[in-house]
Amino acid sequence: MQLTYRKAFKTILVRDLTIAIRHRDDIFNPLLFFIITVSLFPLGIGPEANTLMKIAPGIIWVAALLATLLSLERLFKNDHADGSLEQLLLSPCPTFVLVLAKITAHWIITGLPLIIIAPLLGVLLNLHQDSYLALMLTLLIGTPVLSLLGAIGVALTVGIKKGGVLLSLLILPLYIPVLIFATSAIDAASMNLPYDGQLAIIGAIFVGSLTLAPFAVGSALKVSIN
Amino acid sequence: MSNTTNLLTANKLTCIREDRLLFEELSFTVNPGDIIQIEGANGTGKTSLLRILAGLSQPYSGNVLYKDTPINDSEEEYKADLLFLGHLAGVKGEMSSEENLQFYLTMHGLDASVAEETLSEVSLYGFEDALASHLSAGQHRRIALARLWQSKSKIWILDEPFTAIDKAGVKKLEDLFLQHAEHGGAVILTTHQDLSLKSSNFHKIVLTHQFI
Repeated sequence: MQLTYRKAFKTILVRDLTIAIRHRDDIFNPLLFFIITVSLFPLGIGPEANTLMKIAPGIIWVAALLATLLSLERLFKNDHADGSLEQLLLSPCPTFVLVLAKITAHWIITGLPLIIIAPLLGVLLNLHQDSYLALMLTLLIGTPVLSLLGAIGVALTVGIKKGGVLLSLLILPLYIPVLIFATSAIDAASMNLPYDGQLAIIGAIFVGSLTLAPFAVGSALKVSIN
Repeated sequence: MSNTTNLLTANKLTCIREDRLLFEELSFTVNPGDIIQIEGANGTGKTSLLRILAGLSQPYSGNVLYKDTPINDSEEEYKADLLFLGHLAGVKGEMSSEENLQFYLTMHGLDASVAEETLSEVSLYGFEDALASHLSAGQHRRIALARLWQSKSKIWILDEPFTAIDKAGVKKLEDLFLQHAEHGGAVILTTHQDLSLKSSNFHKIVLTHQFI
């Protein structure tokens, strides 16, 4: 019986989603972090509507970025601890397929809930009414980039006991372009300016990381379990 | 070399861990039908050797050949013909024993529908729906070992397969190893137990501490 790439991808995706659903913290921790961080800002800054409107895109995006960072370790850490990572790497299917499946599962577990809850938090921060579409679009293209690039960092640090700080140092610089173009797109939208240029750049980063990150992650994992 | 009977060849393997030499220029061949026990005190590099043979670690020098090709060049063929069981069972606590085994079987292109009956081979009948996190260490081990019954791979590399397994289970595994060897497979294992295998192809490789 030949194992097709599609079947291998599906099997790993279903496995990771099953584990996440049975282990609900995985889904709720980053989401709660996202909601709490964003809702603290109006309390700290004061309910002045214009100020909030100005900083809303930045706050939502920074919170989304940190929430993703918080959830990243889970991507390979548990599998590494119980030995299933080496079993996965020894399975006959090429490493990039399984890495891509695991990253997709990670995005569904963390990225997707963030996108769904973001408009509500936009209301909380008095986000400009023309910015909602831009917010959703940037998150939709941007959060997969966060998962893809983050996976490289996790793969490199998975063998280290306390790799958390190192992970942030490795990954945050790579997140900055996404952050800059996403917030600039939302700002442009609030001024009724076209923002497809920024979206195209985030899209290009997405396609670039989608094609290259799985190979980088595969090599990094091989180094980490050595 | 046209001799294709060698399944696996260790070619002058040297392993250095934490500035300590574990073994140097170690060479041996594994033929179909061989059962090889790697012996040695703790810390002599048994696990390191197995991980190098499986391709998980890279040796300091030397290489491992699968049917006369370096395993780094024939990765996919080698992985399809290899079953490696490390000292971690690789069992997910959030999944039931049956799901764990099904996942493994699917990923190796085997028939996943036989998972339930395979579990009864390792005395886990009745536990197939229990989450693995509720099972004991020995039962985790058994879930991992259950894949041996379905494996079509020629080369089995097993790191301490008998840990936490009761006497009856050990006997059953030994029989399975003999059967596997008779069908042209090869088993490489480490264990601190004395094996009662009566096979002409049963060899031992002894690793000792190296002093330099």
